[in-house]
Amino acid sequence: MTAATASTKATTSAPDPADSSTATTVEFRALSKSFGATVALDGLDLTARPGELLALLGPSGCGKTTALRMLAGFERPDSGQVLVDGQDISGVPAHRRDAGMVFQSYSLFPHLTAADNVAFGLKMRRTGAAERRKRAHELLELVGLPQHADRFPHQLSGGQQQRVALARALALRPKVLLLDEPLSALDAKVRVTLREEIRRLQQELRITTVFVTHDQEEALSTADRVAVMRDGRLEQVAAPAELYDTPATAFVAEFVGTMNRLPGVMADGDVEVLGQRLPVRGAAPAQGPVDVLVRPEALEATADGEGRSRVLTAAFHGSVTRLTLSLPDGATVKADVPSHRAATLPAGATVTVTLPQRPVLVDGPTA
Amino acid sequence: MARLTRKPLWRGAVGLLAGLYFLVPVAASVIFTVDVPGQGFTLDAYSGIVSADGFTDSLLLTLELAAATIVLVMVLLVPALVAVRLGAPRLRPVLEIICSLPLVVPSVALVSGYSSVLRWGPEHLSRTPLFQTFTAVQDKRFPFVLVLAYTVMALPLAYRALDSGLRAVDVRVLVEAARSCGASAPRAVLQVVLPNLRGALLNASFLTLALVLGEYTVGALLGYQPFAVWIVNTGGNQAQLSVAVSVLSLVVTWMLLLVFAALGRPRDRSRSLSRSRRAGRDAAAPAPIAQEVA
Ligand SMILES: Nc1ncnc2c1ncn2[C@@H]1O[C@H](COP(=O)(O)OP(=O)(O)O)[C@@H](O)[C@H]1O
Ligand SMILES: [Mg+2]
Repeated sequence: MTAATASTKATTSAPDPADSSTATTVEFRALSKSFGATVALDGLDLTARPGELLALLGPSGCGKTTALRMLAGFERPDSGQVLVDGQDISGVPAHRRDAGMVFQSYSLFPHLTAADNVAFGLKMRRTGAAERRKRAHELLELVGLPQHADRFPHQLSGGQQQRVALARALALRPKVLLLDEPLSALDAKVRVTLREEIRRLQQELRITTVFVTHDQEEALSTADRVAVMRDGRLEQVAAPAELYDTPATAFVAEFVGTMNRLPGVMADGDVEVLGQRLPVRGAAPAQGPVDVLVRPEALEATADGEGRSRVLTAAFHGSVTRLTLSLPDGATVKADVPSHRAATLPAGATVTVTLPQRPVLVDGPTA
Repeated sequence: MARLTRKPLWRGAVGLLAGLYFLVPVAASVIFTVDVPGQGFTLDAYSGIVSADGFTDSLLLTLELAAATIVLVMVLLVPALVAVRLGAPRLRPVLEIICSLPLVVPSVALVSGYSSVLRWGPEHLSRTPLFQTFTAVQDKRFPFVLVLAYTVMALPLAYRALDSGLRAVDVRVLVEAARSCGASAPRAVLQVVLPNLRGALLNASFLTLALVLGEYTVGALLGYQPFAVWIVNTGGNQAQLSVAVSVLSLVVTWMLLLVFAALGRPRDRSRSLSRSRRAGRDAAAPAPIAQEVA
């Protein structure tokens, strides 16, 4: 239920796709699935809107792949439904589902050239040879590999193989594109270029896309909306900025970006932290000690000879410098300050730490 | 310097020894067949083969039996191995054990089992249609019972050849990729899995062929005359002729091996080129646990 409210709340912030009239809606409705004693999905409710790139983000084993495989038709739900444009597709076998998929491991057919791999689906649909060739070359051009048409998979690098796999997945003009951690086997640099390319292609084609990843940076930088999963359920779905700025739960807050935990105490619905009194956002216990969740860039550190906090280390990160601070009560937190101000805050300096007067997320015994 | 020269020397010596070990008996056999005391060089033994009684019949019979065995082994094993990988990976060790059992059953034991069944069957089933089956499988012109026996004996060899081929590809991912491209499951297996097993299929076929060509015990004890049995029977009275036949069958086997190798080469070569790369990638991608069985 909380998942459902989170998803409706997020509707406001996502950009409307240009071509929503023809693009497809995908809906997971109360999906559950167990493998023996392992619960992979535990009532997942989630909707991908027409033409959007929806990232499924979560720690390893939270059920992302299982959800995707149900949409592809490789796994049957124990209960619940997968709806495509409002139609329950449970009875449709995988090869008639109109879903292009790129797999985590290299999945090109080893005995076929890049062009034949791309054209494989067209061959299954009995498209003529000339048309197949033409379309395969178009698609290889689309993914930037027209000159590699005649190479076999083993003659291509990992990144090139995944590009060909992407072209193959798009060859039949599917209604949905499914990406299961397609970049996880690639090295960091290729990963970044390829994810930008996937995003560019997806926006060009306006194809509804579900992109599974466990890398929060990848999800935030690529997706229209990000669905955070935990233990087979939806934790929150929202646009990247919203997810980052106003995470619904402590789990989301800590999974996405860096998060500090500051000791605080509840008092009349507000929380007292670092000598300040702040309103609370979301669920919170009525009394007692809680952890206040604050991002490093929200913490304000000012040099102050009388200050009761101390700078332990300062690490330069380009435009910002990340300080590790020790608070008066002994807790250690991270704070980002603009690098041009960092000169006044060397290691060992005493500082005063303050929070902006904004509602904060707390995590406590009954929250 | 000393090291650099010593290594190839060792290698040469080992190669020479191994070569001698194989070549000396072959050469001796060849000399024995062409150099008849008192007559000098003659090819009579070889020309005698073709005209010898039963040569063509037994060779053709054996080749036919081999072809039937290869077909039966493949029809049994390929679907089983693929299905286990797709649907029930936990049954893989069971399948492996079943396919390896023939290794521990001596062919003499196997054949005595067969002959008691063949004797028992007609007595008890004389009133049923199965009786005809019993007669049919023992037809002298094409004793299908030998195909059944050879199939059992070839299982361990063919299993290993096919299994190693299947290990080189991720059957499950390939089939799923093909299905998401619009291929039904059977079509995915035919068009994507089988083409990638070409080398393995050829290997398995060749091993089966070699086994059938050289099999003596079962054929002899069941009273048929496939090639190996014919060689022994003929050799009993004509020493030179039987050695000539052995030399010839060695040559035939080698030639078949070369043919199979040539058929399998384009794919095998590309495989070996990619092997090192692929190994590196597999380390990065979560690969299924490969169970190496000795
Ligand atoms: N075929 C399967 N058999 C048994 N357990 C499975 C199978 N597929 C997934 N699981 C289990 O279900 C859980 C969710 O898996 P998965 O969807 O792959 O997670 P994710 O993709 O988020 O890492 C994991 O605990 C995993 O071990
Ligand atoms: Mg996964």
